Amino acid sequence: MLKRTLLLILFLILSISLFSENDSLIFLENQFPCEGFYITGRDIPNDGGSGIEINWSFPDSLDNCFLTVLRRDEFGNNSVVATDLLVSSKQVRDVSSDEEPSRVKDGIKYYYTGILSKKIIDENLLNILKEKSYLKNGTYIFNNDTFYVTSETDAVISKASWFNLSRIPVLISLIIIAFVFLYYLNLAKSGKELYIRKINGLDAVEEAVGRSTEMGKPIMYILGIGYVTDIPTIAGLTILSRVSKKVAEYETKILVPSYDPVVMTTAQEVVKEAFTEAGRPDLYNKNDIMYITQDQFGYAAGVDGMMMREKPGAVFLQGLFFAESLILAETGHSIGAIQISGTTETAQLPFFVAACDYTLIGEEMMAASVYLQKEPMMLSSIAAEDLLKVFIMLLIIAGFVISIFAFGFNIGLFKNLFDHLVNALQV
Amino acid sequence: MGTTIGVWIAAGLTLFIYSFLYKDNPFYKFAEHLYVGITAGYWIIYTWAYVIQPMLIDPMIKNKEFILIIPAFFGIIMLTRWFPQISWLSRWSIAFTVGMGAGLGVTGAIQGFILPQVQATLVPLTGFNFETFNNFLIIFGVLTTLVYFYFSKEQKGVLRWGSKIGITFIMVAFGASFGYTVMARISLLIGRIYFLLSDWLKVLR
Repeated sequence: MLKRTLLLILFLILSISLFSENDSLIFLENQFPCEGFYITGRDIPNDGGSGIEINWSFPDSLDNCFLTVLRRDEFGNNSVVATDLLVSSKQVRDVSSDEEPSRVKDGIKYYYTGILSKKIIDENLLNILKEKSYLKNGTYIFNNDTFYVTSETDAVISKASWFNLSRIPVLISLIIIAFVFLYYLNLAKSGKELYIRKINGLDAVEEAVGRSTEMGKPIMYILGIGYVTDIPTIAGLTILSRVSKKVAEYETKILVPSYDPVVMTTAQEVVKEAFTEAGRPDLYNKNDIMYITQDQFGYAAGVDGMMMREKPGAVFLQGLFFAESLILAETGHSIGAIQISGTTETAQLPFFVAACDYTLIGEEMMAASVYLQKEPMMLSSIAAEDLLKVFIMLLIIAGFVISIFAFGFNIGLFKNLFDHLVNALQV
Repeated sequence: MGTTIGVWIAAGLTLFIYSFLYKDNPFYKFAEHLYVGITAGYWIIYTWAYVIQPMLIDPMIKNKEFILIIPAFFGIIMLTRWFPQISWLSRWSIAFTVGMGAGLGVTGAIQGFILPQVQATLVPLTGFNFETFNNFLIIFGVLTTLVYFYFSKEQKGVLRWGSKIGITFIMVAFGASFGYTVMARISLLIGRIYFLLSDWLKVLR
């Protein structure tokens, strides 16, 4: 009580003496910081550098207050990090980005000042504060009827991390996966026969190509709107290789309208190689694998028009599809083509299931390319994947059993075990 | 005046595209070729303005980032496809891109799908209540779906039944997804019809 009274007297004296100098703005420095309000800064862990995280604590009574954060570097340059944050947000990050590369730089000392206020800080005051290079911890600012209090961090330096430790579960999983794959690869090399079950719809490939040939119609192969870096597009290209080989054997024509120029180039290579393998390089026509456009619905409109005019006997939709999936599949259905689709996009699979004769669901598409070629090396990758699926199933079953003991029978030891298991999978 | 002309062109092209619902016709062909041509041209400009210039030319000229010569080289050799004698060079770029995509895909799948999915399946079973039933259904659904995607054994006995239940779960999920997406598409159709009735015909205000 005595301290507060003395503070008030000091404030009144200083108000009178400074009023004429600074237009009602008064700074009281070297005071005790507002009890319970303090601000801290630290380098953001596991990042590529150029980022500092600012955290603050405050008494519950100040829950509705606002916080403005200023940054001062070791050379005395001030700048505003964030204004009028709700104090209850408790954290802000000062990060350099491609859009704003001029923010935090690695290796430089930064001091952050949090300014706590009941009202939103006005621009004039903000400009004055930016000019001040001595806003120390526990400065009280009085501006007309508004009261501000500051807290400053110690020096904070940002740095890049060599390793993102939060991704250790990914590393461990990657090592396990690599080990299992190598094991099965060696097994395949040693001559062990590996089995792959029949995949529904793939036997229809031959039927579809044969039917088109009999009808004297071409085959249309649509790779969707993915890029060559997308896994479904790569799987689609592998299936294309097999389909092209059949096309060459049946001496018919394949049309591949492409969305992306690189996918088009890759498709040209794949088809050319398949035709050569089938002993019919003379039938290969690179103009049958053409670029349409890189606009999603422009591509859909172009392919639809081509379908209506060329009337293919079989349509393959294998790759990455989005909103254009049903537009394409419905058009294929309307011309009476036999349709075999496949994608990993779960939102588009229902449309394919509804509109196509056969659909390869998700991973079936990857397995399809192996099933069609049945090469030992590729079979080993399916066997390895299956072993990993068994491992995942066992992990889920273990979690299920632990959960029953932990929550059903309320045993603390199992609760801890369950939490550890869940946290171990956090990325 | 300019807006009115724009609205008339947009409305006309919308009707031309919708005429495809009846059958292929010259109006649709016109709209289709216009659309494909304009978008193809647009993407050329887009690629120049948002990829080649800001990511290659500007950094090389302004910031002297000569390391970018390497990706530029890979980009240029893609064009060797026009010259049959050296067209094989383009395979380097393709090999690099496909390899990089597959490699990044593995880590991305582990981090983005596999681990979060397994973690989300580890749900607490708290007793005999609806939440427990719901959580049990999640665990059972995930396990049987995984059985469906097991390829190394013939689906007989337990595997056959597990797989059948798994595909049932998948189809139920597809049904829900189908309904949800159709609703979104209907809202797009409503938006287009609203444009025709409001901005063009001015029947709706």
